[in-house]
Amino acid sequence: MPNILVVAETRGGEPRKVALEALAAARSLADQVGGAVHAILAGPPGMAAKAATLGAHGADVVAITEHAGLANYDAESMAALVAARVQGGEYRVVIFSASAQGKDLAPRTAAKLRSTLAGDVTSIVIDGDALVVTHPGYTGKVIQTLRLSGTPALVSVRPGAFTVTPVAKAGTVEQVALPSEPGASRVVTTETVLGDTRKLDLGEAPVIVSGGRGLKAPEHFKLVEDLAAAFGNAAVGATRAVTDEGWRPHSDQIGQTGRLVSPDLYVAVGISGAIQHLAGMRTSRCIVAINKDKEAPIFKVADYGIVGDVFEVVPALTAAVAEARKSH
Amino acid sequence: MKIAVCIKRVPDMEGSFRIAPSGTAVDETGLKWDISDFDGYAVEAALQLTEKAGAGEVTVISLGTDVVQGTLRKALSMGCAKAVQLKCDQVPFDPFAIASALAAELQGGGYDLVMFGKMSIDSANGAVGLMVADILGLPMVHGCSKLDIASGKGTARREIEGGGELVSFPLPAVVSIDEGIARPRYPSLKGIMAAKKKPLEAKAAQLGPVRLTVVKMELPAARAAGRIIGEGAGAVPELVRLLQTEAKVI
Ligand SMILES: Cc1cc2nc3c(=O)[nH]c(=O)nc-3n(C[C@H](O)[C@H](O)[C@H](O)COP(=O)(O)OP(=O)(O)OC[C@H]3O[C@@H](n4cnc5c(N)ncnc54)[C@H](O)[C@@H]3O)c2cc1C
Ligand SMILES: Nc1ncnc2c1ncn2[C@@H]1O[C@H](COP(=O)(O)O)[C@@H](O)[C@H]1O
Repeated sequence: MPNILVVAETRGGEPRKVALEALAAARSLADQVGGAVHAILAGPPGMAAKAATLGAHGADVVAITEHAGLANYDAESMAALVAARVQGGEYRVVIFSASAQGKDLAPRTAAKLRSTLAGDVTSIVIDGDALVVTHPGYTGKVIQTLRLSGTPALVSVRPGAFTVTPVAKAGTVEQVALPSEPGASRVVTTETVLGDTRKLDLGEAPVIVSGGRGLKAPEHFKLVEDLAAAFGNAAVGATRAVTDEGWRPHSDQIGQTGRLVSPDLYVAVGISGAIQHLAGMRTSRCIVAINKDKEAPIFKVADYGIVGDVFEVVPALTAAVAEARKSH
Repeated sequence: MKIAVCIKRVPDMEGSFRIAPSGTAVDETGLKWDISDFDGYAVEAALQLTEKAGAGEVTVISLGTDVVQGTLRKALSMGCAKAVQLKCDQVPFDPFAIASALAAELQGGGYDLVMFGKMSIDSANGAVGLMVADILGLPMVHGCSKLDIASGKGTARREIEGGGELVSFPLPAVVSIDEGIARPRYPSLKGIMAAKKKPLEAKAAQLGPVRLTVVKMELPAARAAGRIIGEGAGAVPELVRLLQTEAKVI
């Protein structure tokens, strides 16, 4: 049976947006080959209640695994769980998310199956007994089209590359036991240092307001935070110049060596637009740049640029956005 | 303490690329080549670990044609003790094919720690290190931004979305390195001289099956040229209007 398997990523007991994107990719492949979409939904007790969310986004079958040890991502037991499911079914394609978690999980699972992986792909087409996918390389400066042979074909999909599509499915549910105990993992997490978890994740926020060295001092990030708050659905990002200075945590860094993001709107505040930064955000749907130097490279990719001092422009923009949303 | 670091030779990412006439590779004329960024961080971290322990040695391994010997020599000039070239006619794109060859070399090498970059900067698969760990059956920590070894145990900080995770793990183990650990040192003149006499062994790579290949390379569609809409706070009302009516993001 040409079924497609999705490893639906969860965090804090909730399916993530990247999981729904992976389901959208799976649904269109399954419809193309006349197969069904199966989804693995693993997490702490209570996870089963979320199966309907996956059904509402195209899953025909949701395989639920609940275990207290899965409250946080556990690499070894998750890889064992996914590998066992793949071996037990006849899947044509297995789809992971190329999020931080999925980037860790997918290669491990592939190796367990003695299979390879096409990672971080932005499109997938079934071509006979192969898969043809696109994958950005060379820090996003080159798009590589790859041919992946062998069944099942394992891929991870880049966050933001596929659009969440509600497709109501009845979504039957199965309970699946965990093949290996999370406690048995050799790598032990002794502490998790999370930023403010109430904040929107950079990978999921529709709007990102990012600050660069042009802000001059860490306390001036208040300007960026206020603008993000005015949008209401925004996360705050930063350049490496800023995270290197310790003005913002490393986890806020956007770019080649930070997060890759594709929000609907990206506002670059006091950012020059170095290639390594562009590598992480150039696929944003709309880019706004505010910089006092009209020659700054960020203006080459910005849909809308304002040449000006961030200390003057940003507060005015914050007020105007707040006003626009009020009257909306 | 015996450490192995797997390093890849990649072109410098500054400047722009052209596509070779084959349509499946970048045009190599004029490109500068070096150790892939994250692999350079891994070499530096490995050297610092042995220096701190006052014992041990670092072996660097690269899979590729004879040109990788220059890349390996650079790592030797930074202070690594030995180098191994796994020879092949062409570096495959397939991460499992590469991982199989590296694992065959690492197996039985008696390494306490095997280190990788988080991802190679050209292929950007981010897969080889995780796959090697699984083939060797060793614990693996992916994306370390801090790493320490003490009394036969490793501790690391790994970067996750929205924060970090502190982990501990037994040796032998495999780790991959994110940035933040250490800027790679520049080879000293003395180091460069010493590197010429250090052992560099070349042997045939035992590649795994190649199931993932590049069939086309293209430059991404250029974004529409940027548009400056005005100067100073006076341009804000026009920006908000465009965001509402044209981009429809407010
Ligand atoms: C291997 C490698 C990996 C890297 N990875 C990343 C990465 O992942 N992410 C990343 O961001 N960078 C990365 N970098 C660093 C990158 O090359 C740049 O150094 C960095 O992005 C610059 O950050 P910035 O724009 O904040 O600072 P700058 O380049 O210093 O730019 C500051 C800008 O602010 C403007 N400005 C100053 N004052 C004002 C004002 N009052 N009002 C308005 N504008 C003002 C200036 O005109 C300037 O354009 C990497 C570099 C290397 C070598
Ligand atoms: N040809 C190679 N030779 C040696 N090490 C490699 C090679 N290719 C990849 N690696 C290692 O595997 C890591 C991940 O590579 P990749 O999966 O291609 O992103 C790199 O950072 C290197 O440490």
